[in-house]
Amino acid sequence: MERLFFLIFASVAVVSALCVVLFRNPVRSALALMLCLLQVACVFVLLRSPFLAVVQVFVYVGAVMVLFLFVVMILDIRQAELEAFFPPRNRWLMYAIIPVITFEFLLVILGTSFEGFGPGAGGETKVEVIGRALFTEYLLPFEVVSVLLLVAMVGAIVMAKKRWD
Amino acid sequence: MLDSALILELAIMFIKVFVVGSVLFALPIPLTWLERKVAGHIQVRLGPFRVGPHGVLQPLADMIKMLLKEDIVPEKADKWLFRLAPIMTLVPTFTVFVAIPFGDKVRIPFTGREVALYISDMNVAVLYILAISGLGIYGIIFGGWASNSKYALLGGLRSAAQMISYEVAMSFAVIGVVMLSNSLSLVEIVKSQSGGFLHWNFFYLPVGPLWFIIFIIAGFAETNRIPFDMPEDEGSLGAGYHVEYSGMRFAYYMLAEYVAMVTVSVLAVIFFFGGWNPPFNLPFHLTGETAMFVNGGWNAEFLNLLAAVIPLFWFAGKVAVFIYSFMWIRFTLPRYRYDQLMRIGWRVLIPLSMVNILVTGFMRI
Amino acid sequence: MIFGLRDVMAVIPEAIVAGAACLLLLVDFLIAKKRKIIVAALSIAAVAAAAFFSLYLVGTDVMWKKVFAGMFVVDGFSTFFKFVLYLATVLSMMLSFHYVKEEDINTGEYYTLMLFSLSGMMIAASASDLLSIYVAVELMSIPVYVLVGFLQKDARSNEAAMKYVILGAFSSGVLLYGISFIYGITGTTELSAVAGALADPSMHTPALSIAIIMLVAGFGFKIAGVPFHMWAPDAYEGAPTPITGFMSAGPKAAACAAVLRVFTEGLQPAYSRWVVIVAIVAVLSLVYGNIVAIAQKNIKRMLAYSSIGHVGYALLGLVAGGTEGASSVMYYMAVYAFMNLGAFSIIIMMRKGEQKGEMIEDYTGLAKTRGGMALLMLIFMFSLAGLPPTAGFIGKFYIFMALIHKGMVGLAVIAVLMSAVGAYFYIRIVMLMYMKDPVNPVETASSRGLYYALAIAAAGTILLGVYPGYFIKLAQMAGGSL
Repeated sequence: MERLFFLIFASVAVVSALCVVLFRNPVRSALALMLCLLQVACVFVLLRSPFLAVVQVFVYVGAVMVLFLFVVMILDIRQAELEAFFPPRNRWLMYAIIPVITFEFLLVILGTSFEGFGPGAGGETKVEVIGRALFTEYLLPFEVVSVLLLVAMVGAIVMAKKRWD
Repeated sequence: MLDSALILELAIMFIKVFVVGSVLFALPIPLTWLERKVAGHIQVRLGPFRVGPHGVLQPLADMIKMLLKEDIVPEKADKWLFRLAPIMTLVPTFTVFVAIPFGDKVRIPFTGREVALYISDMNVAVLYILAISGLGIYGIIFGGWASNSKYALLGGLRSAAQMISYEVAMSFAVIGVVMLSNSLSLVEIVKSQSGGFLHWNFFYLPVGPLWFIIFIIAGFAETNRIPFDMPEDEGSLGAGYHVEYSGMRFAYYMLAEYVAMVTVSVLAVIFFFGGWNPPFNLPFHLTGETAMFVNGGWNAEFLNLLAAVIPLFWFAGKVAVFIYSFMWIRFTLPRYRYDQLMRIGWRVLIPLSMVNILVTGFMRI
Repeated sequence: MIFGLRDVMAVIPEAIVAGAACLLLLVDFLIAKKRKIIVAALSIAAVAAAAFFSLYLVGTDVMWKKVFAGMFVVDGFSTFFKFVLYLATVLSMMLSFHYVKEEDINTGEYYTLMLFSLSGMMIAASASDLLSIYVAVELMSIPVYVLVGFLQKDARSNEAAMKYVILGAFSSGVLLYGISFIYGITGTTELSAVAGALADPSMHTPALSIAIIMLVAGFGFKIAGVPFHMWAPDAYEGAPTPITGFMSAGPKAAACAAVLRVFTEGLQPAYSRWVVIVAIVAVLSLVYGNIVAIAQKNIKRMLAYSSIGHVGYALLGLVAGGTEGASSVMYYMAVYAFMNLGAFSIIIMMRKGEQKGEMIEDYTGLAKTRGGMALLMLIFMFSLAGLPPTAGFIGKFYIFMALIHKGMVGLAVIAVLMSAVGAYFYIRIVMLMYMKDPVNPVETASSRGLYYALAIAAAGTILLGVYPGYFIKLAQMAGGSL
């Protein structure tokens, strides 16, 4: 049963991720990305981590994507110019590399037993457990990330602000 | 696999979803009438008066009108998104109620069976509600964009900016509540406020009222209600994001707006005013548990019924007060300017919330 | 788990740098635009304080023990790298005094962002867990993205920042994906535990190869090794010149430190798997960097390609492995910081008023007009080319010896050949300076900061070349801790 749900979520996620890239219309791409992120949230639920799932929806779908759309709407792009980003003379490279990489990955992944992968035992991860882990085991990365976010904010302001008179 | 207990569980779940869903679908009918009546009386006129006594059937007439109106899709619109957008607004506003508790577990008379007056008690209900209600914005953004109209696009843009800005303040307010109640589960939050109105989070002085004010201001902005209804500012945008919509699709937007208003009221009650807890301790402590100890028979069943109904009564009453004040404010306050709106969000509410978090933190040590 | 004094002590240098950066963001408001040099001075003071504490920690019992639940360690290796990083940061700040005024980017954030980046680099050098390495590498990169785009009026700078950000984000994703594979295979991200798990040969699944490839790719982007180098020339050319120097000496050294630690500590049991991949990247970087550099006309671009080549040498040290390999990389990064920042300070000197001083032909006949400058440039170029008696020679020699001791003579031969190719374009600049007559009158900037930086860089380049014994011993002692 769980495997079935996983396959549904995963395949929808992959298809919608493809749609993000393939749609010409940026608003539809954003819609597809939303769908993809929601599917990832569902996978988190399957991994017994409702907290992550909800945060995924809250942060990515609820906030980040709205900002994406905000920018898309301000620029009012109705049709993306694909060519501008991928010069046609290099496109054969893309077409050549993608199948090779796909094939390689399939080969390797099918040739590996993924026993170690999967949700840990012990049922649902509680918020309290996550909170405790963040402030004990992962204290250092947690603090570093807080500095990182500050830097990203300062950096964004520095980039956006006009500095000359 | 499918034994009778499971089927019963599923049936109860289905009934709950059905009841909540139909109540939510039906609520706008009295609410629109009420809103117009309140507006009328505030503006010293009568409001709807023709259809039915005191105009009570007016909403029904409106509904028939909506159903019969032509559903126009603009020629240049992104038709697919245009049709999808109202649904995208509607679905999250309803889905939020999955996590909302209307009461604690109650015993059904004559069966001895316990039923919870909520659909699901989630470990992360608070975050779930914030996350899902944040999704409602997409219908507005996509509707505004897909209409391919300047006014609608501007409405959608304003809405996006406004929602993002006020979601921060809203989340901070909710963090405050979580700090006060020590839980992310709404049922636990309500339970932590039992024992008279002094235990309500609102009366956790001095931070409680401040959290409430931040929450309610952000709530007004999130639901696009006056004084923060920039996205549908009639004065400058026609009708904002739904200017191109007509008929049932328009009705969906209105429905979503009313349900969102109800949601904010419900959340305010749960977060700050004790949920279904009575404001004072009853002389006889009437809960499902105590009722069990009264010897069987009609007497006990009657008490059970009371225990089930009274919390709902308190809950609905508190929510009604909030819904009324929503309407009251709508017809009392003028609309803010857009830059003022942004300034309130970023320069007042967010710094205030941060200070408040610090104070709350110190008080809760 | 409760953290004790030792955990706090261990991160004092990092805390000083990050905390000073946060404070300076506020102090910046109080300082008039003309006097932003105060922010720079305070930043340098903060780095000095951090250096003092790093030195202080050397003798204490904080050393060598993993703290913060295995996330962080202060050992000889990290301390050595931290000093290289302090040096690179301070020198770049000194180079900036004049340049920021010249380019009208005289803001406090410029220095605070460098400090933030430094804190990330320091953590990257000390992190002993893939998770903390990842966040540290991000903390080190993000300020640099911003600094690269600091010349808002210059389209090249904006383009460079754009490319760097997008490719940097992409590479972070690849790195993270690789880390997640490692976690999936071994069930841990802590490097010594990873090594413990990988000691079991049944763990060596094809998925491990994917993980290694992704780690190499992700780190390859950060250190600009071929074929993950494409951002480097544009970013180096577009960035403000002191930042170019900073990028090539600081973040690159820190990323090298992280790479060394990940591969020689965490993935050592899978040595036979990664050594080929790393060797390929190393050789490609050597060949591509040194050959393409010949065709460059812009000196910053040329140094970008040269730095790609130098990454190749550093990676060869990693391929050699063992204490000798690790310490050769460490020594090389220290040498590279001196000589490269020296070369960049000369380029910055050439930037004055309307004169960009970025074209190689601008250096024609410099010896006739500015003898001292030409001499210093000669020292740095000789060192970059790897000619004795400069530090560059010793650095390369040490790496080649490590390779030969491991029996990898073929790689050593390729490296020697490529350094001969590299010598061509370094010495071409010397030829231009000394053998030709000046075409245009040259103006040079004068600033005390620049002079000090030049003096330090030149002294370091010569000292490490003439008297390498002590420093090599230091590197060996430090490298032995891996």
